[in-house]
Amino acid sequence: MSFEQFLPLYFFVILGVAMLLYVLLDGFDLGVGLLLPLAPEADKDRMIAAIGPFWDANETWLVLGVGILLIAFPQAHGQILGALYLPVTAMLIGLILRGVAFDFRVKARDHHKYLWNRSFFAGSLIATLAQGWMLGRYVTGFGEGAGHQAFALLIALTLPAAYVMLGGCWLLLKSEGALQENARRWARASLVPVALGLLLISLATPWVSETVRERWFAMPAFLALLPIPLISVLALAGLAWVLQRSGVRDEFAWLPFVLAVVILLMGFFGLAYSLYPYVIMDRMTLWAAAASTPALTVIFFGTVVTVPAILAYTAFAYWVFRGKSTPLNYG
Amino acid sequence: MEALDPLVLARLQFAANITFHILFPTITIALCWALLFFRWRWVATRNVAWLGAYRLWTKVFALSFAMGVVSGITMSFQFGTNWPGFMERVGNIAGPLLGYEVLTAFFLEATFLGVMLFGHGKVSERVHLFATLMVALGTTASAFWILALNSWMQTPAGFYVENGQYHVVSWLAVIFNPSFPYRFSHVLLASGLTAAFLIAGLSAWQILRRHDTPATAVALRTALIAGAILIPIQIFVGDLHGLNTLAHQPQKIAAIEGVWETERGAPLLLFALPDETTRSNHFEVGVPKAASLILKHDPEDEIRGLNEFEGRHPPVAPLFWGFRIMVGVGLLMLATSWAGVWALRRRAPHALPRGLLWGLVGMTFSGWVATVAGWYVTEIGRQPYLVFGELLTRDLVGPAPAASIAVSLTAYLVTYLVLIVAYVSVLFYLASKPADTQGARA
Repeated sequence: MSFEQFLPLYFFVILGVAMLLYVLLDGFDLGVGLLLPLAPEADKDRMIAAIGPFWDANETWLVLGVGILLIAFPQAHGQILGALYLPVTAMLIGLILRGVAFDFRVKARDHHKYLWNRSFFAGSLIATLAQGWMLGRYVTGFGEGAGHQAFALLIALTLPAAYVMLGGCWLLLKSEGALQENARRWARASLVPVALGLLLISLATPWVSETVRERWFAMPAFLALLPIPLISVLALAGLAWVLQRSGVRDEFAWLPFVLAVVILLMGFFGLAYSLYPYVIMDRMTLWAAAASTPALTVIFFGTVVTVPAILAYTAFAYWVFRGKSTPLNYG
Repeated sequence: MEALDPLVLARLQFAANITFHILFPTITIALCWALLFFRWRWVATRNVAWLGAYRLWTKVFALSFAMGVVSGITMSFQFGTNWPGFMERVGNIAGPLLGYEVLTAFFLEATFLGVMLFGHGKVSERVHLFATLMVALGTTASAFWILALNSWMQTPAGFYVENGQYHVVSWLAVIFNPSFPYRFSHVLLASGLTAAFLIAGLSAWQILRRHDTPATAVALRTALIAGAILIPIQIFVGDLHGLNTLAHQPQKIAAIEGVWETERGAPLLLFALPDETTRSNHFEVGVPKAASLILKHDPEDEIRGLNEFEGRHPPVAPLFWGFRIMVGVGLLMLATSWAGVWALRRRAPHALPRGLLWGLVGMTFSGWVATVAGWYVTEIGRQPYLVFGELLTRDLVGPAPAASIAVSLTAYLVTYLVLIVAYVSVLFYLASKPADTQGARA
């Protein structure tokens, strides 16, 4: 493969990694936002403290994702964002609401706090539903008809459960006492909707897309793909089991989050396999959508230098705030 | 043009979003350096007043930063949803500039922000100062990249066109295009002034409400001195920026000055009502020959008029008035900051004359007014082009139907309006809280 052909592929991978990291990282803090109304008043500040130092950087992966789409695949960028105009607007307004509510809720007058708590929840919910809907529309290549709409609705309803699973597991890791016990219950409660959603999506995807049907059920590929559903099922079962064990609140508190990540990782691999090499399903391949080689080369060297640095200082920030979360304090 | 023209709506929506967005980076870029200064003074002197100032202004910073982040995310999407034609034509230039902004600035500031805000007790004072420095560098780098792109749209350079697609010849020429050094300096200074008057205004408010502490005194003194130093530099840089605009975008200057016919010894108009239908001004009040003197440094020299650019010049009234608002606010800044510094020679901050303190309260958001007015002058002044002299705005608008844009525009406007009101009232609320609870919680 020549450098010229390699570049679009490289950016396709970077785009995928950015979106994956976005879903995993912002997923847990959106999930905590969805769980906020369930918590007693006293625990709400502690829940926010568990995501406080991270949410801002987490959302930056979304900006990188849309940035790479814009830079590397300008043709696809216009079509995708054009087709998703209204859900993008809904998601952005959701993200605005929750992003500012995070700060307002502790700075505004005390009797306004509940309003900002509600905004935080509402913003998280709107953003999550919109993201699920967009994913559903995207996978089908923005297909028309009731079947495609129903498919998008299915993903829109599954994604909140998945984020609650991530958020619950994150809180289990970062909290103690009654909140940790609640987090364990919330994470468990999310598993049935997550499992059901993933099962339905797995059945519906080949049904709504002929391309996916051919890819999944061609013979050698089918066997090679089997680990994806198998590992998903094992991880789900493992998560269900471990969430009932007492050790999960002590030395194994990290395990549920890792298993939740594995479940979503499998979903990501399945999706990536189904899409490749399309940037827009059945309509535009990544090579057809790519920007000019000089433009890609300029940004290629940029990413080679900066992405490892970004990953390094992101790891540093998570390391600084390792262990149980403590009350947020500007010291 | 009908009211629901998608072009008008797309421009309104982008303008609304970018106006809302710019308010917050304008504060945070400079406020972060101010926080670094406060923290450094605290570490160096162990005077708790500096720590108190750091704590209060960190809260304002955190809130402003969050407002900037969320509206910035919105913007990153609106490039694509509102102006897909822009990216399709100049994507090879705009894409890498925006990409480098994300890669070198956004992650840096967003990631170290957590350590900066909440890292006390978890990292050493030195690491904490380092994190604050990284956030400050991130915000400034972000301004660098976005202004490189913005300036390129005003004074494009370093490119060639092939089949309608723009390609780069020299990245140095693209980034350091003719207006970039002026615009970048002008915006950084504007940020410094916006933060200085915000700090001065809220500190004056604390004194008037008798909520002031030693922290108020050091913050107010720092802000007034910074404002008094920055404003003459800003006026000087602004003048250079104007001369640069005259060289590259003469029609923008003609609109700013309200000059319709090319003339020698053009007057400086203090008041006029520019009328595009008659292509003349009503009720002119001016200083003879002063515009020629300021722009050409020769009272008899020639200023090219709008009629030389008929059909290719921006709307006149918004530029004419936007420019006068910006300059007027700048002169008020000069007067109040110098009066403040003069008064500080003899009096402690809490004993400043009440009239001056009220004046500073009134000037709390003066930086916003001047910044937005200045941006409107330069961006409306770019019309009818999106890339000056190259691409027309109306040719690059997106396919979103007017109804969709109307829905999203309404949603954004309602959101922004609520948030602005909440933001301003929370700032005054934070400033009026008793000092002993400041910093006790986030």
